[in-house]
Amino acid sequence: MTAGAPPLFSGEDIACQRGGHELFRGVGFALWPGDALLLTGPNGSGKTSLLQVMAGLRPPSAGRLDWHGRDIREDLAAHAGRLHHVGHRTGSRAILTAEEDLLFWSRVRGPASRQRCLLALARFDLLRLKDLPVQALSSGQQRRLALARLLATPADIWLLDEPAVGLDRSGLASLEAAVARHRGSGGIAVIASHTPVELAEPVRGLALEQSGERVPEHGS
Amino acid sequence: MTRFFVIILRELRIGLRHLSDISAVLAFFALVATLFAFGVGPLALGDLAGGVLWTAALLAAMLSLDRLFQPDHDDGGLVLLVLSPVPLELVVLAKVIAHWLTAGVPILVLAPLLGFALQLPEGSLSGLLTGMALGTPILSLLGALGAALVLGARRAGVLTALLILPLVIPVLIFGVAATDPANGAAPVLFLAAMLLGALALCPWATAAALRQSVL
Repeated sequence: MTAGAPPLFSGEDIACQRGGHELFRGVGFALWPGDALLLTGPNGSGKTSLLQVMAGLRPPSAGRLDWHGRDIREDLAAHAGRLHHVGHRTGSRAILTAEEDLLFWSRVRGPASRQRCLLALARFDLLRLKDLPVQALSSGQQRRLALARLLATPADIWLLDEPAVGLDRSGLASLEAAVARHRGSGGIAVIASHTPVELAEPVRGLALEQSGERVPEHGS
Repeated sequence: MTRFFVIILRELRIGLRHLSDISAVLAFFALVATLFAFGVGPLALGDLAGGVLWTAALLAAMLSLDRLFQPDHDDGGLVLLVLSPVPLELVVLAKVIAHWLTAGVPILVLAPLLGFALQLPEGSLSGLLTGMALGTPILSLLGALGAALVLGARRAGVLTALLILPLVIPVLIFGVAATDPANGAAPVLFLAAMLLGALALCPWATAAALRQSVL
């Protein structure tokens, strides 16, 4: 895209092990402001693990990841501060109301503003449910609440692990609109999803394959 | 620093919405103490009361440890806390403080009543309360370490108790010693020293254990 400029967020020759066997190796990516990266691959190919490596939660067994050309492991706290990670589990506490939960996470991350939280709830059509405890929400609504965190506080990188699971059509549209706005303001989005998520071009792809190191499932 | 209090407030709010958890701890505390009273009989009870109350308090505190990190582990909030700008050690400390306020303090409040029921000698009450005021935070700190270490394991509650109860034997010894006015201030000072030691070490060890279990 921006030919010549060094990438903002990049990874080189990344390998990852889990439970003693190698999930993938030699994986690399390079992302510039406004880029989207779509992770694809069969179940068990390591999409979730790669997202955790990108978040700095899981150390790669080989390779490096750079932000502005500097290894993210030099300052993992700063790296965590510039990303949002939405995983399989939503992170919302069942007994809190939707608004309390969102306010809490935005206050912990900062800079928090109630206005922004309410706007985020509205964007995901949760405003009328804001005083309900999370446990009273359906799983799709809980997913929306987790996604609303993306809008409640700013972050440069969005790491989304199956963000569309359980979302209905309008929820998916909200997600796509949020990603488009994020990219429009120079943000980076990395998405692993089996549900097709419509993304504006250009979309970079990264396909993970079933690892060759794996023990054959059917004995010889 | 505000973020630190934000975490404490959230934990307190959750704790107060799960009032049954707090009352279960208190009921267990009262029940164990009562069992001792029936088992030992009225004649020997007065001398034993300090030890009985301390043992019952330790056992009751074990019941409350699984709510420290397990819910965050289950709902995925732990990942968000690890990724938050608050150092994980401070997150742990905030949770420990909230745990002490919702488990240690209620035990502390109930202790004089049970002491009265168990015929605790009159001069022992202030020693018991001072000792427990210093001892219950140690329980919360060590308990957090145990809860973090067993996170994700099967039968985690039993494992926590097995890990932590041996470690709190010194607290029990000095706590019971503090109930005897003849021992003077020495046991209380020992408890204070143990509290400072636990305060200095436990948050770091707990945070390290949490980082291991976050994935």
